[in-house]
Amino acid sequence: MENKNFEDIFEAKMAKNEIIEPKDWMPDNYRKHLIRQISQHAHSEIVGMLPEGNWITRAPSLRSKLVLLAKVQDEGGHGLYLYTAAETLGTDRDELLNALHTGKAKYSSIFNYPTLTWADIGAIGWLVDGAAIMNQVMLQRTSYGPYARAMVRICKEESFHQRQGYEIMCHLSFGTSEQKEMAQDALNRWWYPTLMMFGPPDAESPNSENAIKWRIKRESNDQLRQRFVNQTMEQVDYLGLTVPDKNLKYNETKKAYDFSEPNWAEFKNVISGNGPCNKERLAARNEAHKKGEWVRAAAAAYAKKNKDAVAA
Amino acid sequence: MSDSQGPIWEVFVQKKAGQPFVHCGSLHAFDKEMALQNARDLYTRRNEGMSLWVVLSSAIVSSSPEDMGPFFEPANDKVYRHPTFYQIPDAIGHM
Ligand SMILES: [Fe+2]
Ligand SMILES: [Fe+2]
Repeated sequence: MENKNFEDIFEAKMAKNEIIEPKDWMPDNYRKHLIRQISQHAHSEIVGMLPEGNWITRAPSLRSKLVLLAKVQDEGGHGLYLYTAAETLGTDRDELLNALHTGKAKYSSIFNYPTLTWADIGAIGWLVDGAAIMNQVMLQRTSYGPYARAMVRICKEESFHQRQGYEIMCHLSFGTSEQKEMAQDALNRWWYPTLMMFGPPDAESPNSENAIKWRIKRESNDQLRQRFVNQTMEQVDYLGLTVPDKNLKYNETKKAYDFSEPNWAEFKNVISGNGPCNKERLAARNEAHKKGEWVRAAAAAYAKKNKDAVAA
Repeated sequence: MSDSQGPIWEVFVQKKAGQPFVHCGSLHAFDKEMALQNARDLYTRRNEGMSLWVVLSSAIVSSSPEDMGPFFEPANDKVYRHPTFYQIPDAIGHM
């Protein structure tokens, strides 16, 4: 009886486009959906530091090293905003990290691909952050307040990420022929994994229906993917590069690009733990967490000592 | 040994002198000093503020959405608290 009443209030808020806050009543499935989505998003930011971190020591100039450091630091910050947003739903940080470290939680499949050359750092900023921005701009209007607010902060910070990536692509594409080749090779390798970032096709996306109904997502995977391709092609053309897709061409009648779907079998394989770098990423996360254990223990002991001193 | 991240703190930022402190998010830290430093690193990497407050999340007392209606009810029927309730002669103009 009482629950029914709460449910009506919740549904009424949904109908009126209102925002849900942590202390509001919400259906269990809404809460579960959010915890899963926000924590996966947080894990993606944190694991996403690894492929780029791989190039910090080898960045080709002091300027590019500073930029890459700042970008990777931002991604760490994004992870932290998102973990605390998830924690407002009644889960806690240790639980979330544990799920990541034991391989129980998922994160974006894109970060299981290797960064082989410096051009990959350009391609990631341009394409991967570009795709992430498209998704995150939509999420600024998601129905859960703390998630929406985290997204607003994140979107403000993201635009430099994409621009620095495109700048690298410009340098390489307009450089020597070897550099241009490197840029083309990076685009070839990152194109389809980037398209996969928007998730499976709408017809096969198990969580989409609820996400749209509850206004957690406002646009479907396929809509976002199409918009990304439309927006990116001009940037590809400017660089004088080509995407690895023979079917890609502008369709006058639909005023949008036709393009090939990524290999969804590969996507499933990577997301279930068998991509080129899944094991390496998980091992690196676990090692970093283990190496930080003494720091957390020392900080806890120091805080306790000071509290005892105050109490005495 | 439990491997904890420390308690949650809420962070408030003042953008410019004279402006109110606005809640911007939360973080984990073991003590006040660390909370303040983490807040600086996490929420003011681009000069978003000139002053920070951090407060233990558990120390915050808040109203609950369920009694939103009755709790704020006393203000509902007091139109005389608003300037538009009063008639001022047109000749006086803006007051
Ligand atoms: Fe990010
Ligand atoms: Fe980013």
